[in-house]
Amino acid sequence: MTAAEPVLQVDGLRVRFASDAGAVAAVNGISFALDRGETLALVGESGSGKSVTSLAVMRLLPPPPVCEVGGRISLAEAEGGVRDLLALPEEAMCRVRGDRVSMIFQEPMTSLNPVLPVGEQIAEAIRFHRAASRRVALAAATDLLERVGIPEPRKRLGSYAHHLSGGQRQRVMIAMALACNPEVLIADEPTTALDVTVQAQILELLRRLQQETGMAVIFITHNLGVVAEIADRVLVMYAGRAVEEAEVATLFRRPLMPYTAGLLASVPRLPEAGCKGREGVRFAAIPGTVPDPLALPSGCSFHPRCVHAKPGLCDSEVPDLEDAGPGHRVRCRRWRAIDGS
Amino acid sequence: MTPPGTALLEVEGLRKWFPLGSGPFARLGETLKAVDDVSFRMRAGEVLGLVGESGSGKTTLGRTVLRLTEPSGGSIRFAGREITHLSRRALRPIRQKMQLVFQDPFASLNPRMTIGRILAAPLIIHRPELSGREREARVAEALALVGLSPGHAARYPHEFSGGQRQRVGIARALMLRPDFLVADEPVSALDVSIQAQVVNLLLELRERLGLAMLFITHDLAVVAHISDRIAVMYLGRLVELAPAAALFGTPRHPYTEALLAAAPVPDPARRGARILLQGDLPSPTDPPSGCAFRSRCRYAQAACAEAVPMLREVRPGHFSACIREELALGLPR
Repeated sequence: MTAAEPVLQVDGLRVRFASDAGAVAAVNGISFALDRGETLALVGESGSGKSVTSLAVMRLLPPPPVCEVGGRISLAEAEGGVRDLLALPEEAMCRVRGDRVSMIFQEPMTSLNPVLPVGEQIAEAIRFHRAASRRVALAAATDLLERVGIPEPRKRLGSYAHHLSGGQRQRVMIAMALACNPEVLIADEPTTALDVTVQAQILELLRRLQQETGMAVIFITHNLGVVAEIADRVLVMYAGRAVEEAEVATLFRRPLMPYTAGLLASVPRLPEAGCKGREGVRFAAIPGTVPDPLALPSGCSFHPRCVHAKPGLCDSEVPDLEDAGPGHRVRCRRWRAIDGS
Repeated sequence: MTPPGTALLEVEGLRKWFPLGSGPFARLGETLKAVDDVSFRMRAGEVLGLVGESGSGKTTLGRTVLRLTEPSGGSIRFAGREITHLSRRALRPIRQKMQLVFQDPFASLNPRMTIGRILAAPLIIHRPELSGREREARVAEALALVGLSPGHAARYPHEFSGGQRQRVGIARALMLRPDFLVADEPVSALDVSIQAQVVNLLLELRERLGLAMLFITHDLAVVAHISDRIAVMYLGRLVELAPAAALFGTPRHPYTEALLAAAPVPDPARRGARILLQGDLPSPTDPPSGCAFRSRCRYAQAACAEAVPMLREVRPGHFSACIREELALGLPR
């Protein structure tokens, strides 16, 4: 990690969707900075706003009035200064998307075009962004397939998505995303649909490619095991807000927001070798459910599920994100009291 | 109820082969061996975890044991009774004792029925002698058992969250007071914090009701918490079967070792340094000869290609289907 300017900075991002039942604030003021070569994990459960955040960065959300996006998303320019992605005309954004910032999705089967050979799909980005000929682009696609560990890459150029296994499809998706050497890769639950043995392969691949290219990665996941494997820093989201941000080791060792602590405690862990086994051990579950975005609780959105919540304090105002140590921010009125106890 | 400890389910050489295609596109003579020569026993009140990757045949095995899918061979005995060839009518009273919880709580509840009707349906079919009032009482009782309130009976599935729907799915499976439950990935579709609630509920029900459970999942960590014994499946066959602690402490099959190694550890201090399994699951229509795992196994030898290894007892109660018994497996943790 360098102390230089972050490659991507998000400030006060807000996303509101219009719905029949009223406006839904899917993202409610998220800010974070992403350094070059760094992996930032966005962690949260369904409805936390983590995928919407990434779609906002890619400018892939529907236009108003369906969806309104506010805030600033600044991408660092090579010659210094920044460019606000939210202010770019669509045409200029097309030049950024897939070139400097690219994305891989959860479900590789539905994200690949079923009627186009995978080689053409990888070559498309190169032809568009680099104005390369088809032949040059296909040669580059072959190299990319090889880099992501697809056997017999030349032969695979002509394969269709349905010829490939789930793991291979995700490798193809990664090859497409890397086609133009992006500075920022957004990976939205890239291993959730995969089996554990294949998940381990894909995580290893992403780690290796990141070392080779120095790209920064925003890794979106709900799986804290995966976070521990791949992230440098973690941003925990709950009901559209960042509730905690820290270096990965700090977050796992000293979670301050009760929601983070609850999530960590509820992760099923493999037993240590030599332990006695089940013994009917209960999981530490978080009571209740994720709130309805149309009817968010007053004050801290997590307070109805929080064992530390204090009436009059936690249900009155939305807490600020406070500094709790170097690089550690937490959105909880009571973190000092909880941390000390 | 079957007393705890007695054999409840005995599965012997169970097979489910699917012929591939029919009509003009049939691939002649090709079969997909989704379940091939699987044998195991479960005692009353026991939880057996069934672990495997997608395509390993674990769901088909669960459904075949319940005879929701007709077996192609082998036998299933339930509570001492051979049920493999029973007619649907003869099977009906036994069906009450064996129930299923589905993976997807969004797809497995009829959106046009109230929760009360969904829960009453098994009673209407199997216990027609019950009065409406008795049925209502049983529905209220089941809702309470899974941590919902009787008032929820009047609501529709869309009014519930994923975790609550899965509670309804579990309540439905319990309506007929079964002895045996097949739970097919019951928590995979749920958020982590909710997943823990549902696993806890299943653990509690198992203790209170003495339920035996075949718990099917791809998540080793979940199964570790809930199972007495664990069976590992690969391409239609069981490759290892052992008490939970033995399986995690001293696995005896290289595939189990690889699965354990691949599971992400929620501890950033223990990152990396893992055995990576190469490649994907081979096509189940054309598995490797001999040991089906040999194409991805780092210990494979020429002999592994020769014969399909049988599940053998390598230690009391610990079964493995690997010919290389001398291997010292396990994880450097």
